[in-house]
Amino acid sequence: MTADYVLETRHLVKEFKGFTAVDDVNLKVRRGTIHALIGPNGAGKTTVFNLLTKFLTPTKGQILYNGEDITALKSAAIARKGIVRSFQISAVFPHLSVLENVRIALQRKEGNSFHFWTSDKVLNRLNDRALELLDQVGLKSFANTVTVDLSYGRKRALEIATTLALEPEMLLLDEPTQGMGHEDVSVVADLIKKVSKDRTILMVEHNLHVVAKLADTITVLQRGAILTEGNYAEVSQNPQVREAYMGVEADDHQAETESEKEAV
Amino acid sequence: MKVNKLYLSLFGLSLVAPLVLYPVFLMKVLCFALFACAFNLLLGFVGLLSFGHAIFLGTGGYITGSLMLNTGITPELGILAGTLAAGLLGAVYGKLAVKREGIYFAMVTLALAQLAFFFYLQAPFTGGEDGLQGVPRGMLFGLIDLSDNMVMYYFVLAIFLFGFWLIHRTIHSPFGQILKAIRENEPRAVSLGYNVNDYKWVAFIISSALAGLAGSTKTLVFQLASLTDVHWHMSGEVVLMTLLGGMGTIFGPVVGAGVVVTIQNYLSGGELGNYISIIMGAIFIVCVLAFRSGIVGEFQKMVKKNF
Repeated sequence: MTADYVLETRHLVKEFKGFTAVDDVNLKVRRGTIHALIGPNGAGKTTVFNLLTKFLTPTKGQILYNGEDITALKSAAIARKGIVRSFQISAVFPHLSVLENVRIALQRKEGNSFHFWTSDKVLNRLNDRALELLDQVGLKSFANTVTVDLSYGRKRALEIATTLALEPEMLLLDEPTQGMGHEDVSVVADLIKKVSKDRTILMVEHNLHVVAKLADTITVLQRGAILTEGNYAEVSQNPQVREAYMGVEADDHQAETESEKEAV
Repeated sequence: MKVNKLYLSLFGLSLVAPLVLYPVFLMKVLCFALFACAFNLLLGFVGLLSFGHAIFLGTGGYITGSLMLNTGITPELGILAGTLAAGLLGAVYGKLAVKREGIYFAMVTLALAQLAFFFYLQAPFTGGEDGLQGVPRGMLFGLIDLSDNMVMYYFVLAIFLFGFWLIHRTIHSPFGQILKAIRENEPRAVSLGYNVNDYKWVAFIISSALAGLAGSTKTLVFQLASLTDVHWHMSGEVVLMTLLGGMGTIFGPVVGAGVVVTIQNYLSGGELGNYISIIMGAIFIVCVLAFRSGIVGEFQKMVKKNF
């Protein structure tokens, strides 16, 4: 049943000169779930993201979105279909105000993006909606701040608000908590949980706490190929995964998660 | 509003300026200022460094010049034709160039401009090495004689103000908002669903058409169109003007053009005439090393700090 899956890849392959970064990946992302993509460094997680959003062109294979083949579409067209991605480094427009950042996303549906003869005052009618979105991620009071002055965690929150402005059906988040302090991590994790309502999320994430907390399904990549797939309990018990990715650390992580569960 | 007062007082100054300063000099400054503003739309607001912008300046000049010489049309139509021609060339060149980024974009624009340079060198209607001389200024709308420098000055001022207004409007439009987004973070703009190349292309067309407008006007002012205007030196000069004045600022290119033209005029008459290139080069180096945001950029920083 393809209808259950929002996004599907079939035999996805990406070869760089003499090196196969993504090797025959068949990924199925179920509608309405949070799906995490994990794996050691160089496993090809970000490459998969780049293929899905066509920032790279696959060597072989197919990408299906709601059953429709989108392999040949360009990046911007994929975004307009409703798959919006974030980047490893925070993707904001640094020298625009926080409000303007969100408005850039809202503006697309206005159909006036090529109007160089009208005043940008017409964009003010988007302000209410933009503020609403900023409120959702707790940034309303920063609306007029120049984005470059925001803390890292807030930049990521702004990025999420901007992404939500497009009302995407599917979000691709590339390491949303990377480089964050403890507090920011939990704030962003909560935010992801919050916005996952009515949406499908595919994320690359290193922080296993976050993965354990959020992900319904986890796919483990190793050397470009899928090692295994399942929920956190299944994946973390898989001996291959423990060896390849988590190593000894897995025990600690699991012990911690379990103690957390007990505490609750 | 403070900004409006600034605009008004500058406008007032530009009206009385020819009473104090030589009008031909002022017109030269205005033409180059418009050229630099058009260039700055790409460099400062989209982040595209075109290294062949002289070709649009020159194309405007040649088309206007040859039409004025051969057909006897009125100057406003001549200028319109020159502007359109430059815009058309910009549409073709831009379509090709925006496919590349960074240094490759600069190289593609340079290569395409050189292509056209050699065409203009050989084509019969440009007069080759001699250029087009004695281009008549004609009667504006068939009514107003432009041969008087004072009259011509106000015509040039009106053209400049129109071009400046259009650039200002473009920057402060919904379209300009997307251009800034592309400049700030292109992959993000793509991921939000914008076909960034289309936006760059439209900006390129606007910029090249306005560069053509500057060239057409310049040809009428000096009654001359020559290879100087299509040479890559000119493409370099506009980079210097923009950086010196402050790229990405509204007034920067105007100030930069004013400074460069003044220095050139001042030096070319005196003993130092032979050293112009060296002096301009030295200024360029100092500008890049010491005050990277240019005269207007540094001034804005100072104002921000102190008030």
